[in-house]
Formats: sequence, structure tokens, C-alpha cells
Amino acid sequence: MMLEQDNGLSLAIAQIVQRLKGSSLHSQLERQARGSLHKPEIKLESLKEDIKEFLKTSGWEKKLQNAVYSELSVFPSPCHPAAPPEHIKEPLVYMRKAQGSWEKRILKSLNSMCTELNIPLAQKRPIGEQKELLNKWNEMGTDEPDLSLFRPVYAPKDFLEVLMNLRNPNYENGDQPSFRNHLGLIQVPLKVKDIPELRDSFSELGLTTGQLGIDDSTQVPPELFENEHVRVGQIVLTEQDSAAAQQYVRQGCPTALRAELWALILNISNQPEDILYYEQLKSNVIQHDLLVDSLIYKDVKLTASNDDYYFVFEDYLYQVLLCFSRDTSVLEHFSYNSATPPKSYIRGKLGMEEYAVFYPPNGVIPFHGFSMYVAPLCFLYHEPSKLYQIFREMYVRFFFRLHSISSHPSGIVSLCLLFETLLQTHLPQLFYHLREIGAQPLRISFKWMVRAFSGYLATDQLLLLWDRILGYNSLEILAVLAAAVFAFRAVNLMEVTSLAAAEAVLADLSTLKVMPLLQIFLFATVT
Amino acid sequence: MAGKVKWVTDIEKSVLINNFEKRGWIQVAENEDWNFYWMSVQTIRNVFSVETGYRLSDDQIVNHFPNHYELTRKDLMVKNIKRYRKELEKEGSPLAERDENGKYIYLDFVPVTFMLPADYNLFVEEFRKNPSSTWIMKPCGKAQGKGIFLINKLSQIKKWSRDSKTSSFVSQSSKEAYVISLYINNPLLIGGKKFDLRLYVLVSTYRPLRCYMYKLGFCRFCTVKYTPSTSELDNMFVHLTNVAIQKHGDDYNHIHGGKWTVSNLRLYLESTRGKEVTSKLFDEIHWIIVQSLKAVAPVMNNDKHCFECYGYDIIIDDKLKPWLIEVNASPSLTSSTANDRILKYNLINDTLNIAVPNGEIPDCKWNKSPPKEVLGNYEILYDEEMAQSDGADRDLRSRSGQSIGLKGNRARDSVKHVLTTWK
Repeated sequence: MMLEQDNGLSLAIAQIVQRLKGSSLHSQLERQARGSLHKPEIKLESLKEDIKEFLKTSGWEKKLQNAVYSELSVFPSPCHPAAPPEHIKEPLVYMRKAQGSWEKRILKSLNSMCTELNIPLAQKRPIGEQKELLNKWNEMGTDEPDLSLFRPVYAPKDFLEVLMNLRNPNYENGDQPSFRNHLGLIQVPLKVKDIPELRDSFSELGLTTGQLGIDDSTQVPPELFENEHVRVGQIVLTEQDSAAAQQYVRQGCPTALRAELWALILNISNQPEDILYYEQLKSNVIQHDLLVDSLIYKDVKLTASNDDYYFVFEDYLYQVLLCFSRDTSVLEHFSYNSATPPKSYIRGKLGMEEYAVFYPPNGVIPFHGFSMYVAPLCFLYHEPSKLYQIFREMYVRFFFRLHSISSHPSGIVSLCLLFETLLQTHLPQLFYHLREIGAQPLRISFKWMVRAFSGYLATDQLLLLWDRILGYNSLEILAVLAAAVFAFRAVNLMEVTSLAAAEAVLADLSTLKVMPLLQIFLFATVT
Repeated sequence: MAGKVKWVTDIEKSVLINNFEKRGWIQVAENEDWNFYWMSVQTIRNVFSVETGYRLSDDQIVNHFPNHYELTRKDLMVKNIKRYRKELEKEGSPLAERDENGKYIYLDFVPVTFMLPADYNLFVEEFRKNPSSTWIMKPCGKAQGKGIFLINKLSQIKKWSRDSKTSSFVSQSSKEAYVISLYINNPLLIGGKKFDLRLYVLVSTYRPLRCYMYKLGFCRFCTVKYTPSTSELDNMFVHLTNVAIQKHGDDYNHIHGGKWTVSNLRLYLESTRGKEVTSKLFDEIHWIIVQSLKAVAPVMNNDKHCFECYGYDIIIDDKLKPWLIEVNASPSLTSSTANDRILKYNLINDTLNIAVPNGEIPDCKWNKSPPKEVLGNYEILYDEEMAQSDGADRDLRSRSGQSIGLKGNRARDSVKHVLTTWK
């Protein structure tokens, strides 16, 4: 047992070392070390120790620590060396198969749209058009191309249908009802946390801990806590320590410190080379016209442009999402995402692997509501390149899990199951009532979770929620909140007699206060 | 008898009528006995005109002050503010302190403004100091963005010069008076778009001054990207944020109407710029509103039958300095979106709760100081009586405490003092 653990550790270390080698941080560290040789405090006889000391005092050690920490939070810990790579993507075969056939459906729908509209997947823009696009880069929202023929490739409800039909072939579901029967829409057996386990995981959200986003904490006067919390936050920022920042945001970010704290947790520093990289993506957008651009455009017009909170940022959304679709560095996350980037073939070479290219270049086909992952971030970052990097990192750490089929605890399937189990266990009357009238709770809450509540909550509340996603490096809080919302509206929901009426009760979440709801649901309910 | 309030209005807006009906008030005709009249600015002119000589009785109140135009006509507002600054300066008030360029440190909050044709020569003198500047021309008596245009060359406004050869030929209409103000060409942009702030302020009495600020103001966004380039000078959509103008733009969105709440603005600014500068901005906005009201208070006919809800238009520049653009006596009660309707319904509701306590037949002699519970979304912005008793207290303490310090110090202290008083 001990040996196995040691083995795992050294494997993980080897993996991280491998990945950091050749990174720009690696060469920077080398350059710094070499440069330090001219310093008087570096002695030949204690060279190694002195350089270590120098890297420590000059803050480079911290940067290395943050990079290692970031690798640890993003990449899954390595499996047995003999395990095939698809096990890292998704260990369960039936999940992998389901994801595969879902991808085929999406691709088919995309291809048929192409054929129907007679539009190529990608084409070079004529020079004149390139110039025009460059000129209106900052005001793409004023453009009104005719997009009536385009339709989103899929919407959350299509995806839900797929998840409802998931079955584990090895698992005897049985026709006879038993205590094990799960009466919700999700019918696969996955291990999800119960309330005591959730309390354990989210212990900092407990009633005795100070929280931003709660006005009437009984323990400490809120102002006192807030002032102290801001002070600590400033220290965390001065220390530039990702791990400390992640622990800190579990109690919520003060508004004025959030942008920097999130950047620190995500290890985004917006260096000149990052800005350059963004500019490169931008020039890719200018040069080539992709079919997915129209999908992105259509999505923004259908969602964020009509949103009371986010319409202001319409142009920023194009600047982020169009670049995102060209960003091949996003492909890396497919090593731990159950999804596989779709391939397309150069014209006339259909099926010939050597002419296959990923399409879109980042491997992510946007669906209805995709732009809402970016929109709330526009409240925090006004430089497009920084906004872009934060979004990309949020995507490859979290958001991809909300639209891929996997057994990961933060994956959408587990979130759905967690939500349904919480309701069925703790609000059985409500659960059965809604089920009886044909208003399965998941039919209402699914879209909230797929969008990580973006566009449903008021922005300040949404940011408090996302603080906790970052703080716990987990999306489980989304399912807990969805259940807590049902609990909060339980009295009204018990009175409805149709799905439409239940949807009406839950139509407007913009007045909800996230933290009290979560706290009450997790810690103040008798279990 | 504790009868029901009889109301009249000449503005047929559902947000008004629904509020009156909710209170069980009775609608009557204008020529009958009424207690409450929500009227347009045209009507108020007649009510208080010398000819009609209408005398309001103690149980009648109206939603305008007789000479509200001292504040709500831009030319008069500017005149009153200029006079107010001069008076403060004469008194040696620290508030009237100027910086090394001769600019008022605390009272420079209206863009440089002149009347045309009256101040034509003064304007030319100012224009020549900075010939690349852009100015905005606005007819004195019009609202909702009508008749507004931008200029950046003297030739464009030749016809307002006094010695203009054409002046004897021009028709009556073009002789109309205009206000010309320096155009804020470095506005704060959000998402690349220009916006202005619409804030609602309720005044229940001018002497002593008591005013309330409505918490739910909003930003109005231009639908077209802002460009300071002069080639776009005649594209009004870029420059004007009035909904009445923006509604004609192709990009006008009927779901949000280009409106963003002040709480969104605060969240955005605090997140991207920090808490300190954001709080300072909002303090300064409160400051300029109170100063504008203090400037007109001495000339305002403080008729006890009156209250007024003003729409303040404020532009924030890219250094986060707020500028007072103008004050509207009849802020639009038309609802452009569903949220807008809710906001305006609540605005009228909260206004009535303060102006007509308990929805009972008004008695204009009441002391107009409602309990905190009825304020709704209003908060007290400034209460002169309270500030004075407070200030007297403080004065006593500071006098016994220390002798007079440096002039600059004193000024800052007293400014801080005023700022904290209405928080």
C-alpha cells in the first residue's frame, strides 16, 4: 500500500516535470539562474544552495510553486502506467461509447447544416473583407448578418435527452422497484456525495465560518468580518500564492480583489507573450472565416445580447469566442476530457487520415448558451487578452465538464444525479409531487447547471458562486445550489399542478441570495 | 371626514394611474375639487401664472415647484450655479477653493456652458483657447434630445453671432436661444460603449433643503460604438443616450432597452478599478446633486404645496469624474421594457409614500419629514435641518479643540464633513 502511494507520487512528479520542461517558465528560470551568477552573493563553493536561495528571494520559486499547483489542479493524477490513455479521459466504457455517439450526432448536424446552406466549414477571407473586419473588431455587434438559416447545433434540452437514455449495461436495473431505485431521470449508478459528505467537503461554508454574501452572520458582525477578510485577501495577493488564494476564496472574494485572486488561482499573469498569443489568434480570425463563427454570432445574439446584465459586453464576447475557436492549445484538455475533438477532411480527401484536421481548430463546437460562460467574466476584466486567458483556463478546468458525458464527480452526469438524489432524499414529498405532475425537477434545473447558473442569477451572486467553484476546484456546488433553490421554493412548488406552472415558479432566480441558500440547505437541514 | 384623495393628472401613464387606483383614490376632473394633481410642466405654468391667480388650499399638492425651471432649464441652472459659486467665494467659503489653474476644486461639475446668442462673444473667446474642442448645441426649451447637434467649427454656428449679417433675415425659429456646452469627449466607456446615468432625486422642500436619492437609477447605453472622431459628428446615435433618440437606431433592443442598473455599474467599477475610486465617484455624484440643489434653493419658490421628482443626467469621464449635464422636471414615465415598467411603478409608489403620507388627504403644513420605513428605495441624500444641528455640534467641538489651521486643511475638513453628513 505504502509502496503504491510512493509510486503514484513519483509518477505524478515525473509527469509534472515532463510538462513543465520546455514551458516558458522553464526557460525563464534558467535565464534567471544564469543571470544570478554575476551576483556577489552567489559563491562557487555553495553554488546550488545560493542559486536556490536567490530563486526563493526573487519570487521565482513562488512562480514555480504556482505552476506546479496549477498542473495538480488541472490534470488528473496518473493512473497505472499500463492503463491506456482513454482511461484518463473516461474509465467507463459505456460512458466513452455514449460520448462518442453523441459527438457523431453533433458532427452530423453540423455537416448537414453546411450542405444545406452550401457554406464551407472554413474559407479564407478576401483581402477587402479582412480589412473591414479588422476595422470593426471593436464593434462586431453592430453588424447584422442574416443568420436566420443558422440554428444552434444543439441546446441543453437535447443533451438532457441523451443523458436520460444512458444505461450501464453491466448493471441490473431490474423491473421490480426496490429501495435502490432512483426515481429521477438519470439511470446510471455513480457514486455521489450525501449531505454529511458534502458538509465535509464544503466545511468552510458552515454556519460558524464567516462568509461574503451573507449579511446576517450571527457569529461576527459582518463589517468586522469583511474588513478583516479584505485585509487577509490583500496579504494573499502580495504573497502571490495560488494555493493560499484558492483556500481564501472559499469564504468569498471581496469585489475589488476578485479579478486578481481568480487570476492567481488560475495562474494567469497576462505576460507580453500571452498578449502576443492573443493577437495571433485575432489575426487568425481576421484571415479565415469559419462556419462556427456564425454559430457563435447567433448564440451571442440569442443570449447575452438580450441579457439585462451582459448586453453591454456583446463585443467582448465576440473578441473572446472567435479567438477561442482558433486556439489549438485548447486541444490539450482533450487528454483528460471524455470528449474527442471532431475531425474534418480537406476538400476531396474525405476519410483520408493524413488530410484530417480538427474542426473547429480548438475542437469545441459551441452550443446554445455557450457564450454565457464568458459573459460574467466581462465584469472582472476589461483587457480582452486577459479576459480571454481567464476564460480559456476556466473552460479547460471546469466548463467542458458541463457538456461532456463522463463519470467524473464534476461531470454533468454526476451533477444531475447528485441533484436528483439530494431532492429525492431530503425533499421526498416535493420530489414525488413534481414527478407525479410530469415536472421532473431535472427538466427545470438542467439548464441552470449546464450554464453554471450564468444568466440566471444576478451577477454579484453568480460571482460569489463561482468563487466557490474555484475555491473547491469542483462543480458539485452547482447541483447543491440547484437543489437548494427547489427547497427554497418548495411551498410554492407543492401547489403547482403542471410543468409549466413549476417552471413559472422558478423562472426568475435573479433575486436569490446564493450563500444563505447553500448554507441552509447544507448545514441547517436535519438529516 | 377622512375622505379619499381626489386626483387629477394630465399625463395618461399607467404607472401613475395604477398607483393612484391602488391607493383607492378617486379620479376627478381638473375643474372639480382635487387634492392631488400630477401635472405636466405646461400645466404647472398655468396653475401658478399671475393671470389665473389660482390659489391652492392646504389640502392640495402638486408635483412641481412653480419655478422649477431655475433648475431644469439648462441655461438657468448654469446661471444659478455660477452665481452660487460666486457667493460662496465672496463668503470665503472653503468650498469655493480653486486650484492653480483657477478651476474650482469642489464646484467644477458642469461642463463649460454659454447661452447663444447672448454669450456669443464669450463663447468665441473660450473656443479659440482650444480650437480642437467639440461643443454640443441644445435648444433651451426642448427635451428628449430634440434639436441637438454637435459642432467643432465656429462657422457652424455663425448665425447665432450678434453681428451676423443674416440675423435680420432668419426666421423666428432659428433665433431661438441655445445653450452650448463643452462636449465631454473622454467619456468612460464600458464594453466600448458610451453611456450616461439617469438618477432620480426627490425634493420635498427647498428651505430647509430636504432631498432623497432613488437607489435604482440606471445607465443608458448608446447602441453604436463610441468614436471620438469628428467624422461621426452627425451620427447622433453615437453621442446621445436619450432613449427617445436611441429607439430609432437599428440596434435598439426591446428587452433591456440599452439600460443597465446602477448596481451593475458599481459591481463593474469596483471589480475593475477598485473600491476606493468607485466609492469616491458615487460620493462625488451625491455631492454634485446636493450642490446643484443648494445653488437653486435661494431662488426657488418654496411653495408648501409642492414636491418634485427630478431626473438627473450625469456623464462620467474616463478619469471617473462625474459631470452634471442636465436636470429634467418631468422624467419620462413611459416604460420601454418590462423591468422599466416595474422600476417606474415603484418610483412613483415610493414618491407618493413620501409626498402623500399614508395616502391620506394631504395637509401641506405637515413637517415633511417621513419616518424611515416609508422611504422604500429612496434614501435621504441631504437634510439641511439635520446637517445644521449636526454641524453646530461639530463646530463647537472643533473650536474648543484646536485653533484655525492652514486654509487648505480646513477646506478639506469641511468638505469631508459635508460628504459624511448625508451618507
